[in-house]
Amino acid sequence: MSALTCAQQIQEKFGDLVSAPSEFREEIAVRVNDARRIAEVCVFAKHTLGFDFLVDITSVDNYGSEPRFMVVYELYGYGHHCRLRLQTMVSDPPAELPSVTPVWQAANWPEREIFDMMGLRFHGHPDPRRILMWEGCPFFPLRKDFPLAGKASEVPGVAFTQPAPVEGGPFVSVAGGKNTIEREPRSRTPH
Amino acid sequence: MQNVTEIGYNAKVEGGVILTRLDAAVNWCRKNSLWPMPMGLACCAIELMGTAASRFDISRFGAEVMRFSPRQSDVMIVAGTVTYKMALAVQRLYQQMAEPKWVIAMGACASTGGMYRSYAVLQGVDRILPVDVYVSGCPPRPEALLDALVKLQQKIISEPAWPRLRRAA
Repeated sequence: MSALTCAQQIQEKFGDLVSAPSEFREEIAVRVNDARRIAEVCVFAKHTLGFDFLVDITSVDNYGSEPRFMVVYELYGYGHHCRLRLQTMVSDPPAELPSVTPVWQAANWPEREIFDMMGLRFHGHPDPRRILMWEGCPFFPLRKDFPLAGKASEVPGVAFTQPAPVEGGPFVSVAGGKNTIEREPRSRTPH
Repeated sequence: MQNVTEIGYNAKVEGGVILTRLDAAVNWCRKNSLWPMPMGLACCAIELMGTAASRFDISRFGAEVMRFSPRQSDVMIVAGTVTYKMALAVQRLYQQMAEPKWVIAMGACASTGGMYRSYAVLQGVDRILPVDVYVSGCPPRPEALLDALVKLQQKIISEPAWPRLRRAA
């Protein structure tokens, strides 16, 4: 049994829902065309194909193209030692897809992280809170249209933010014999 | 025959009495028993632990009594990256410390945000706390933290012991 045969079995089972498996550096990926049915594919992958270990769930923001987000599931099977990647696209409205926490308990925190950083909601998630940012934070910081420097915000009694003086990039320093205040744009900013 | 002249307190000459200013006496007590509030937030806290351990031995300067309680502390050593999620908690801990109190910003992150010019990191703990001594370094060597402690001691000894009362008078 190999990852490719697993991917072909998924294709036989679901037909048009999944596209043909693609290979990149000996890693097999299957694209699920309808994000609303990702949980069904995951149930099949776990219980029939033996992918009992959810390694990770990540998301990609293809800002400017439609559909905007891609969610990637990395699967592994301890029985057959194969890895498989499931990918599915999510449009910004509704920016929502079903949770796979009922399939793998390990999906709990990765899905919370994706919600926190990308703003994708997983319906059916048992605990849909933020995981890194604080409760009430108005931003999804890893979206491409969110500036690295951040934006001002305030949740009274919880946290506040101010934009960091990035001055065009994360590390800006002009070489030469100037003093620190002139070389480092950040140190010029008033407090 | 004795050639050595003793400088300083001599019980026979002074007769068991020391004359000094109250400010100097109080500040002398304060500076030599600075109890730190270890606000360890990142890797600087490892160096803070190293400073407290036997090789560098912060107790040589009377600051070995690390209590993880703001009520019993004199100097908050902010050691590490202050994220916005943690910022108000740090501020609250500082407010819970009894006067007089001081703050050492240890390392680049606590002083200026360091390399984290990002949406998540407070750009210097001096935006929420009055910092007395900044320590550069990423992380600073234990000697640098000890130097900051000595600098803070010099600052304390040169300050009026009750600045508020003096201002009112």
